Amino acid sequence: MSKIKTYEEINRKLKSGEAVILTAEEVAKMALECSPEEIVEKVDVVTTATFGAMCSSGAIINFGHAIPPIRMEKIRLNGVPCYEGLAAVDSYIGATACDPENPEYGGAHVIQDLLEGKDVELEAWAKGTDCYPRKHIKTTININTINEFILFNPRNAYQNYNVAVNTTKKMIHTYMGTLLPNMRNATYSTSGELSPLMNDPEFRTIGIGTRIFLGGTQGFVVWPGTQFNTSKPKNEHGIPVSNAATIAVMGNLKEMSAEYLQAAYFDKYGVSLFVGIGIPIPVLDVDMAKRVSVNNSQIETSVLDYGTVGTPKLGQVSYEELRTGTIKVDGKKVRTAPVSSLSKARKIAEELKQWLKTGEFEISKPVQMFPKNTSLKGLKETEAGND
Amino acid sequence: MIKKRYILNFPPDSGDKPFSYHLVKDYDIRINILKAEVYPGKRGSLLLELQGKKENIEQGVEYLRKQNIICESLEKRIHFQEEKCIDCGNCTAVCFAGALTMNRETWKLEFDKSQCVVCELCIPACPLHLFEIDFK
Repeated sequence: MSKIKTYEEINRKLKSGEAVILTAEEVAKMALECSPEEIVEKVDVVTTATFGAMCSSGAIINFGHAIPPIRMEKIRLNGVPCYEGLAAVDSYIGATACDPENPEYGGAHVIQDLLEGKDVELEAWAKGTDCYPRKHIKTTININTINEFILFNPRNAYQNYNVAVNTTKKMIHTYMGTLLPNMRNATYSTSGELSPLMNDPEFRTIGIGTRIFLGGTQGFVVWPGTQFNTSKPKNEHGIPVSNAATIAVMGNLKEMSAEYLQAAYFDKYGVSLFVGIGIPIPVLDVDMAKRVSVNNSQIETSVLDYGTVGTPKLGQVSYEELRTGTIKVDGKKVRTAPVSSLSKARKIAEELKQWLKTGEFEISKPVQMFPKNTSLKGLKETEAGND
Repeated sequence: MIKKRYILNFPPDSGDKPFSYHLVKDYDIRINILKAEVYPGKRGSLLLELQGKKENIEQGVEYLRKQNIICESLEKRIHFQEEKCIDCGNCTAVCFAGALTMNRETWKLEFDKSQCVVCELCIPACPLHLFEIDFK
């Protein structure tokens, strides 16, 4: 019978320092010579990681009450609008939020400024009530003055992502970077064989409650991410060939590091936040050993034309091809460029390995598995001609 | 023979001298104009690639400077805050000159300033705004 390991067993090995931990890149290389049966014997945990711009990110902040108190009904942090519909002094600042007058500085930059210990101007307005009489407040806050500062990202770490090209005659500006006309470049985003959700494509070990590396500290997977889609076509290696599942993550921003969170502004698109995520995957059995062994030649993704409405698919390529610097689309050679940082992702995978080695990070069994057979709805328009 | 790129800035009153003729004829330098912008009555800017013997190029540059033309090596005019770079690769997507590339082993950004043609596409393409080029 083939070997089966439990979470408890692996955690015991982690505690005693006997566990063998490899990064997903290392195990992919190992798998060229070892069978899954050998890998499950040799390896206990595989670390995966990504560091890319993830727009669906943001922070929950509790400002604390002033005297006299105010029920904040319109809130600005350094001029960036924050959500005002959460009690009196709770708020959520979305990474992509910005003042249209100052589009290059947004919520992600506010989060980064706070994280780096900088003072941020808080201004809020209210109608004034019997219990919250104040109508206006203007003050400065920083990471030490606020009560809670929690990263809560509804959709991160996409399981695979499209390659973007532009077949039109005009340069276009997208969240996938600047796309030159006439398909003069192609951009791609994930960390390929190192990417978390590509190493556990059926979500056997990643679920609600999974402890992860988030922004330089321990965080958690708290829910399937928004637009969680398990119905995308998969290739023969079980990998969806376009953007599929996602995760929602949460962690204490007060413990995070600016090394692993980075505000960004994409020209003529908007603000986003680079988020560093690392997920340890326990090699529970032969099936998991096979999953974590996946390599860049086996991970394929779709080439989409971002210049045409409906983003039609023009081809399918592997990450091995993407990483060579050129791909072929419609018989034409196209230069490729990444838009997420593989060098940072590798750093995260290594750091997570160290955390596991020193016993300060325990792997956790999901308290609830992700749903299966989910698909995505578009937005139906009930009124005609409203564009 | 060496090859070197320079940014030249002309004051408003220096526009009518046939300096390129002198560079070719007197200093035996091959010149390649990679970018030129003229702001009539104000100033002009040029990106020039000079190819020739090292001492000839040095003397040619000296000649230009005597004509009241500001002449600085391209490298000195490119400012890149390397320490803040996260190696995302966005700049390499637009750099068709091949100055900005990803190292295919380490996946860190490599910047060969001598290949830059001052198209300036990297300036808005960098999501962290780490590039500045002083051309005008």
